[in-house]
Amino acid sequence: MAGFDKVVSSYEEAMAGLTDNMTVIAGGFGLCGIAENLISEIKRKGTKGLTLVSNNCGVDDFGLGVLLPNRQIKKIVASYVGENAEFERQMMSGELEVELTPQGTLAEKMRAGGAGIPAFFTATGVGTPVAVGKEERSFNGRNYILEEAIVGDFAIVKAWKADRYGNLVFRKTARNFNPLAATAGKITVVEVEELVEVGELDPDQIHTPGIYVNRVIQGTFEKRIEQRTTRPAEKTKGKGE
Amino acid sequence: MALSREQIAQRVAQELRDGYYVNLGIGIPTLVANYVPEDIEVMLQSENGLLGMGQFPTIDEIDADLINAGKQTVTMATGASVFDSAESFAMIRGGHVDLTVLGAFEVDVNGNIASYMIPGKLIKGMGGAMDLVAGADNIIVTMTHASKHGVSKLLKNCSLPLTGKGCIKKVLTDLAFIEIKEGKFYLRERAPGVSVEEIIQLTEGELVVNGAIPEMKF
Repeated sequence: MAGFDKVVSSYEEAMAGLTDNMTVIAGGFGLCGIAENLISEIKRKGTKGLTLVSNNCGVDDFGLGVLLPNRQIKKIVASYVGENAEFERQMMSGELEVELTPQGTLAEKMRAGGAGIPAFFTATGVGTPVAVGKEERSFNGRNYILEEAIVGDFAIVKAWKADRYGNLVFRKTARNFNPLAATAGKITVVEVEELVEVGELDPDQIHTPGIYVNRVIQGTFEKRIEQRTTRPAEKTKGKGE
Repeated sequence: MALSREQIAQRVAQELRDGYYVNLGIGIPTLVANYVPEDIEVMLQSENGLLGMGQFPTIDEIDADLINAGKQTVTMATGASVFDSAESFAMIRGGHVDLTVLGAFEVDVNGNIASYMIPGKLIKGMGGAMDLVAGADNIIVTMTHASKHGVSKLLKNCSLPLTGKGCIKKVLTDLAFIEIKEGKFYLRERAPGVSVEEIIQLTEGELVVNGAIPEMKF
């Protein structure tokens, strides 16, 4: 590795330095845009006591859910955790600590963490269980709660393309939390589908500048789909969701 | 007759206006997309990071990188844009979305909503719902008026943990269209064939009935 070249050649190298009880921020929404092989590497390493910050926790046999059977996760900060039976079991039995966080607040916590903003006020969650124990203040006649930023020891990110300098381009809704996670890791590791030479990406089209990225690895992905909804080929009426 | 899920969606769709940016929650709200009037244009926002959600893909069009907030595969409408989650919630929290439609377990006369957790039973999380109810001015809640056992879900005080406080002004149930103001429910419309008495009986919170209540039209 030399200069700004962030590319590493093995998953072991990609996740080197991850140790027990660290905080890991993960990009992805459901199973969309997750760093599949970086997650597998954490499973292989057997790192324990992790605090995970991720919108969801995968499903039983895919995504972050694979870290559950060996009890590698101590705590998870997430907005929605409903897709996973083992998760529910560990949560109900108290083996796994869960901090439910509104999705927009979670995104903003990562953004703020990456931008050096220690906390921010938001109306989201006022008067709900989320507000318990948090400072509340009124601005222009409306109440807001103080939410603290999150910084991770590691961030694991999935991008579509990267160049060797770690400039990133995401694809469609696989972008989701990934650019935010990328800014908020002390060590940000990015797994990409396609690695290109420096200069090949149009600077105007780069979503995440390489300054946030420490390591890049090219992977192959399963890209599992959670809800495969379709319409018949001949029919054109009716909209999605 | 109580409204079907499709009829609830159909009635909500009558509240859509030309040029609206709309966020539809999971469940009945999703069905609203099927009843957008032919003569108006709306753009659907999906909080995972898509503005301009299109219809479901054909089998050939399926793309694992293109899903909606319900994690269903979708397509992009012409003129769509994609963005990260902070940008998505900037739209929502900044009040840029014109209409939000979402489901609930309970609402009460003070505009409180409970929709994300039943302690000891169902703890899946709030997803984007807390942001949506805090950020939007124009919200329609779709829900059944009462449980299968006839227990009202339109209450004096919500019994479940709240998703948002004092933020709901319009509720469309399978029996009635109700507005909330000044600590009371106001009955605006009733489902075809449903009597005012029936609605009163299944509404725990104070319900104001002013004059003759029209039936919903479809």
